[in-house]
Amino acid sequence: MSIVNYATREITCKIVYYGAGRSGKTTNLQYIYAQVPPERKGNMVSLATQTDRTLFFDFLPLDLGNISGFTTRFQLYTVPGQVYYQTTRKLVLQGADGVVFVADSQARQLAENVESLQDLHLNLAEHGMDARHVPLVIQYNKRDLPPEMLTGVDELQEALNFRGVPDFQADALHGPGVFETLRGISELVLKKLSAHQAAK
Amino acid sequence: MTTGSRYRFDTYIVGAANRLAMAAARAVAEGPGTVYNPLFIYGPSGLGKTHLLAAVGTHARQLAPDLDVEYVSFDDFVEQFHAAVSGGEMEAFRRRWVAVDVLLVDDVQFLTGRRELQSELLRLFNTLQGTGKQIVLTSDRPPQEIADVDERLLSRLAGGLIVDIGAPDYETRLAILRSACTERSVQLPGDVLETLARLELPNVRELHGALNRVMAEQQLEGRAVASREVWGLVGGRGAPPAPAESAEASEYASFLSDIASAVAASVDPWKTRLAEAIAYWRGEGFRTGVLERAMQLSASPDVQGLLDTFAAAVDHLRLLERQAGSADPLLAGHEVFRDPERVADAEALLDRALAGDTPPPAPDPAMVRASFEVAGSNQLAVRAADAVVAEPGARYSPLVIHGPTGTGKTHLLHAIGNALLASGARRVACVNAATFGEELISALQEGTVHRWRARYRAVDALLLDDIHALGGKERTQEEFFHLFNELHGLGRQIVLTSGVAPRELGGLEERLRSRFEGGLVVSIQPPERALREALFARWFRAQEVPADAELLRYLGERPAASSREVLGTARRLRDAAGHVGLALTVGFAMETLEPPRRTSIAVPRPSGGIDAFLLNEEKVVWDWPDLTGRLIEELR
Repeated sequence: MSIVNYATREITCKIVYYGAGRSGKTTNLQYIYAQVPPERKGNMVSLATQTDRTLFFDFLPLDLGNISGFTTRFQLYTVPGQVYYQTTRKLVLQGADGVVFVADSQARQLAENVESLQDLHLNLAEHGMDARHVPLVIQYNKRDLPPEMLTGVDELQEALNFRGVPDFQADALHGPGVFETLRGISELVLKKLSAHQAAK
Repeated sequence: MTTGSRYRFDTYIVGAANRLAMAAARAVAEGPGTVYNPLFIYGPSGLGKTHLLAAVGTHARQLAPDLDVEYVSFDDFVEQFHAAVSGGEMEAFRRRWVAVDVLLVDDVQFLTGRRELQSELLRLFNTLQGTGKQIVLTSDRPPQEIADVDERLLSRLAGGLIVDIGAPDYETRLAILRSACTERSVQLPGDVLETLARLELPNVRELHGALNRVMAEQQLEGRAVASREVWGLVGGRGAPPAPAESAEASEYASFLSDIASAVAASVDPWKTRLAEAIAYWRGEGFRTGVLERAMQLSASPDVQGLLDTFAAAVDHLRLLERQAGSADPLLAGHEVFRDPERVADAEALLDRALAGDTPPPAPDPAMVRASFEVAGSNQLAVRAADAVVAEPGARYSPLVIHGPTGTGKTHLLHAIGNALLASGARRVACVNAATFGEELISALQEGTVHRWRARYRAVDALLLDDIHALGGKERTQEEFFHLFNELHGLGRQIVLTSGVAPRELGGLEERLRSRFEGGLVVSIQPPERALREALFARWFRAQEVPADAELLRYLGERPAASSREVLGTARRLRDAAGHVGLALTVGFAMETLEPPRRTSIAVPRPSGGIDAFLLNEEKVVWDWPDLTGRLIEELR
């Protein structure tokens, strides 16, 4: 998928927030949405169940305006984390330019995180994308919780970030780390784009 | 002038950010064309550039009511320019603008990329400045930042005084608000105005908008608005009041600025440029395959060179299309003229159009080689002709056949042409040199020389009769010279006939003469006895007139300067014999051809169905002795 369209002077970039159920993907998007200046605000689409679980996906279009003469749009998606929404996850992942893996830092969620990461790799592979080449960052969310409830960052790194992709600690509910994560993945996607062009 | 008179200097609030601009504008209005010319005012939108510009016009006109002051927004100017171009009224358009004393143009930043318009403006500016007329321009950016503007125009834009207008400071904003309140006779509490002024709205227009909102609220609610309500009323624009929110907004802003630099690093300027060019040329209706392929390259190609080449190809195609269109209107708009990769095809199409619309004169099919009688006097010429037909363009080119008039040169020439056509030549031009010259003259008259030329250049063989007619015609000779060289270079056969040998041709350029001599020059002599006899025999046979050997011998003995004379004699004999109803014998021929030596003139007998009376030998006097004398006598 071409991110930069020179003919229409558009940059469109699809970023998918991936992770286990209740890890805070939608919260990330909600925080970003709240920070967007009103004149730039589009509609955030959230298809949630009655218990506020994401049913299909969340979609946040982010119109960054004119950058270097290009109309720049980011499309932020989340997938439903629950295991049984496998097909939806796969669908949302289609055409993604970058993935943010949101990990739940709570100690008791470690296994779910690992499972979800494996699921991500599987779904990427089914789209014919090599997980090693897709721009990916990992966010360790919920760092605001009491330390005794959390898995240490080193341990999480060992369990999830064996490839050494950029990682961010975050508290999506209150904001810290959210924009850092978005910035991290955006830069990765754009860098990949120029590297890709140079390699052609 | 479209601007209202409320745009005056005295309604313009002066602050630190616009003091210089104001002073310059005032100076210009007071002495148009004498101080700063042009005056270029730039600054962000909504800071009063248009106000200042219009104020120059108003003030100048107040001081000198005779001045022709024209205020025009750049868009209007473009509109008028386009209207003038499409209406074919460029001259009127120029006259109108050149007559202006003070020209005020708003928003010239839209000059970007409009080449034709830029050159028109350049011309206009040169004229106006040359005649001491004032020009004032505004733009949202300084001249050198207006992209894609002709260097010469740029230097003229920047040649006078360039002043900027910045955002007003707090005090100025407050002054503007107060002035607006006074103007509309509205009372607002001092602290409300101060709060509004403190909002740091980016420009005066929005400041006025915010003030309007507050005024409307006060009018609707019928109560004074409190200063703490102001920020909410103006929709949270300008500086936000809560510091927490401020930090959050800047979080997004800093994200945006980081992304901007990342984007800037990942888009290739050359691709952007190519994409622009592709969009432009597509809009013009041209195929851009070559540019699209260049977009796929990994590294930047020579974009400028590529675009220049492309533009040149497009120009060439447009020229070809025009030419083809004048030859055949159906070809205008042919798709081959829309693809810069098919220039060669377009040229071929044009050539076909030019050559095909009127084929050059072809040889007369009646004059064939089989009916050409060969004898010693023309043997050499005929052999050369046969060689030419066997190997056109290879052995004798040019072949020059010369000889007295009526000896069969033209017949032989057409015979060569017909033989060439029969042996597979597609296009043989067989034309008299005098006609050739006439064609050139009418082509010159109609402006279709190119087409005329192409028509002849496309022939497989050129047979030119009576080249002595070229004598003294310089232009025809020049055209023929180029045509000759072209055809000769292409190995096409050229055959020429002439009344005299090339070296004796008068009024012929040496370069042509030497070229004629460079081929094979053969002569046809007046017919000798054998040829004369053969010619008579052939003619009588063809006319089914019985003629015995004795008659033919007698006729052959008679001298004749040319074959044409021979044929004339034969025709005369047949007619004479036919009229009197006698067989054609030697005696009759002798009687007819060698009349008694007396001063009498034979009255030509009328031919065709004549009165029986006239056929009566006894009643009609055919021979009138000394007729001339009688006629003169009668006239006396």
